[in-house]
Amino acid sequence: MPATTSNSRFRAGMAAALPFLLVVFPFGVLFGVVATEAGLDLVQTMGMTFVVIAGASQFTAVQLMSENAPVWTVLAASLAVNLRMAMYSASLQPHVGAAPFWARALVGYTNFDQTYAMSMLEYERAPDMTPMQKVAYFLGAATTIIPGWCAATYAGAVGGALIPDSVGLEFAMPIMFLAMVAPMVRSLAHLAAAATSVIVALLAAGLPSGVGLLVAAFAAMLVGAEVERRRGGA
Amino acid sequence: MTYSDATIWWIIVALGLGTYLIRFSFLGLIGARQLPEWLLRHLRYTPVAVLPGLVAPLVLWPAMNGGQTDPAGLAAAVATFAIAWWRKNVLLGVASGALTLTALNMVL
Repeated sequence: MPATTSNSRFRAGMAAALPFLLVVFPFGVLFGVVATEAGLDLVQTMGMTFVVIAGASQFTAVQLMSENAPVWTVLAASLAVNLRMAMYSASLQPHVGAAPFWARALVGYTNFDQTYAMSMLEYERAPDMTPMQKVAYFLGAATTIIPGWCAATYAGAVGGALIPDSVGLEFAMPIMFLAMVAPMVRSLAHLAAAATSVIVALLAAGLPSGVGLLVAAFAAMLVGAEVERRRGGA
Repeated sequence: MTYSDATIWWIIVALGLGTYLIRFSFLGLIGARQLPEWLLRHLRYTPVAVLPGLVAPLVLWPAMNGGQTDPAGLAAAVATFAIAWWRKNVLLGVASGALTLTALNMVL
């Protein structure tokens, strides 16, 4: 049946991802602006965007780097933001686990919020797809989004250099983070974790940058998990 | 930023590699083996555990005015969070925050 070949799944994924460009593009531009303002050059900004492809952790890294935080705290905090992707990886495993290694390696590289959310929705809608057709859909979505993400970063990095220093971008980063994290607060446990994070981070503000954040994040994870355990379910 | 270029590249590469290992973990390395429930329960809270703690000092003691809380910035932060949470929409949140900040800076 030609309609279910991997090629057509790839194209379906590409097409379905188009609306997501509207969301990805402003993020990318803002990252380009913020990263160059913080002191990364164009090549470094593009390098980070292409190698990491994970907006929230890139913003986290750049923020801590602009505070000259110790390298290990930059890495630990940024990678902690990405730990949710281990759960994406686990839930994709039953769908594409039977595909060849190279295919799973590519899905790993392109496994981020948008491709994951779109693909899981499609896998539920069309459960008869073979593992390779599922891979094709996933990579199709990524083929639309990744060039958009990189182009947007480039536009922001080049355009951002033209913005005079007097224009305060200090609040761009906090606003970005708050907007990203707010929709994730879906339960009392999430709220408790977020509140713990804020309180401990403020109390620990005297510690070197990044260290206080790690202490706050660790405490917040413990609180979130404990509230969930007591209430039974996220 | 006072890192050397080499340090910056080392951060970029390590962040990319680490992120890749996280994303690939179950697809490639761990496979169908299930992580213990208590660990998954903690992993679920990583974004809401890290990001608010990163933002709070930036909003309450921004470096821009020497450690003084900026009321316009604080209001913008509250507006961003409230709208993004209420509408479950990141970009609406960003727009609300930017508008609040711009409007208050003009008035104050």
